[in-house]
Amino acid sequence: MSPRVRLGLFGVSAAVLACLFVWALTGLPQFGAFQGEYGRILNSAAGPERHVTNVVSAVTFDYRGFDTLGEEVLLFTAVMAVALLLREARSGDERRADAVRSDVVRAVGLFAVGPTVVMGLYVAAHGYLTPGGGFQGGVATASGLVLLYAAGRYRAYRAASPKTLIDFAEGTGVGTYVVVGLAGIVVGGSAFLENVVELGVKGTLASGGTIAILNAVSGLAVASACVLIFHEFLEELMTAK
Amino acid sequence: MSFLPYALAAWLFFVGLYGIVTSRHLVHLVVCLGVMQSSTYVLLLAIGYRTGKKAPIFTSGVPTKVGAVDPVVQALTLTDVVVSVVASALILALVIEIWKRSGKLCRCSAPPCSAQPAISCPHGSTTSSRLRSRQP
Amino acid sequence: MIPLQVVAIVLVGLGGLAVVAARDPLRQALVLGVYGLTLVILFVVLQAPDVALSELVVSTVAFPFILFTALAKMRDRE
Repeated sequence: MSPRVRLGLFGVSAAVLACLFVWALTGLPQFGAFQGEYGRILNSAAGPERHVTNVVSAVTFDYRGFDTLGEEVLLFTAVMAVALLLREARSGDERRADAVRSDVVRAVGLFAVGPTVVMGLYVAAHGYLTPGGGFQGGVATASGLVLLYAAGRYRAYRAASPKTLIDFAEGTGVGTYVVVGLAGIVVGGSAFLENVVELGVKGTLASGGTIAILNAVSGLAVASACVLIFHEFLEELMTAK
Repeated sequence: MSFLPYALAAWLFFVGLYGIVTSRHLVHLVVCLGVMQSSTYVLLLAIGYRTGKKAPIFTSGVPTKVGAVDPVVQALTLTDVVVSVVASALILALVIEIWKRSGKLCRCSAPPCSAQPAISCPHGSTTSSRLRSRQP
Repeated sequence: MIPLQVVAIVLVGLGGLAVVAARDPLRQALVLGVYGLTLVILFVVLQAPDVALSELVVSTVAFPFILFTALAKMRDRE
């Protein structure tokens, strides 16, 4: 198919799709006037019911916790697929030289590793109090580790992220989520992912019951997923083929 | 003016789609897919927004009676943002595999991909036929 | 609808166009980072700090890093 024919075909089909799109958009509520009951009820109920201050985290890890489990499994599957694709085909272990020569880059970069990781952990830990949570904090923590590579050396980065341990952490993160969910059935006696842990004092780290636990294990799963993916791509880059 | 956020969602969707259709480089295609996906974030957050309301975070004794924007769409979006980067990584891993097997990164029939100086691209054969003929 | 939201929406619209229009993947990866930051601004003015934080960590480090590594890998056999 020549590019002109392809573009013409795209133009026609995109026009039809655009019409449907606009038609669908006209059926949406006016911007700023959304009156969804679910969100409104959760906004007023989440605080008293779950002792958390960040309602978004309460939705993510409690009220819609099952959806988040789906997301975690998606994450897990994608990471496994990346590892399968890239690990299997890798051959030869000719390493490239990767020393960073600029002292400034090195100093600033290595100085930033600690604060970035700490900030990532902080964001993850306070997820149900302030904006943040396991998902955001996990990525930030993994990014801190990557700075080790960008500013230092591949070897230092590898030492900081032993593959077997990270593999294990990834599995633990997703597995514990399911275990906590099952605890809802066994201990609570009613539903999967029911909040069965002591709710604690609102506004402190010890609050939210299972929200705190699920937040932490999600952070673990996301951080190790990101580290694994960074690892696979770096490994790919370092293996001259 | 209130249609503007929805218009933005539509705009990002179609700009991304246009990029995918006209893309001549597989990595470029993955990034365009990312733009297309960000239109869903904009759409969801635009739907959940309520004029004059604050974020659904009730620290320091904010009375819950005041209300806030919809937390459900935000919970949907924030996990999706993180998962999307992992999904993109999977697609890029597939792209690397394609490159390893065929040695090229474009699906060029014509015109030549001279627009990308970094990656040479002998045109004339499609990627799929290359895939079949050059197994390692 | 406050003026800041209009500004953010226009920025994101232009950013998306710029990402698609950048045909060299390396340059595109950089433009993508800037586009991500415009999205962060939009999410903040739409009162979604959680999503903004999510987009921030993803678009400034994670996605560009993966893109750059993949591009660096695929650059050398030419």
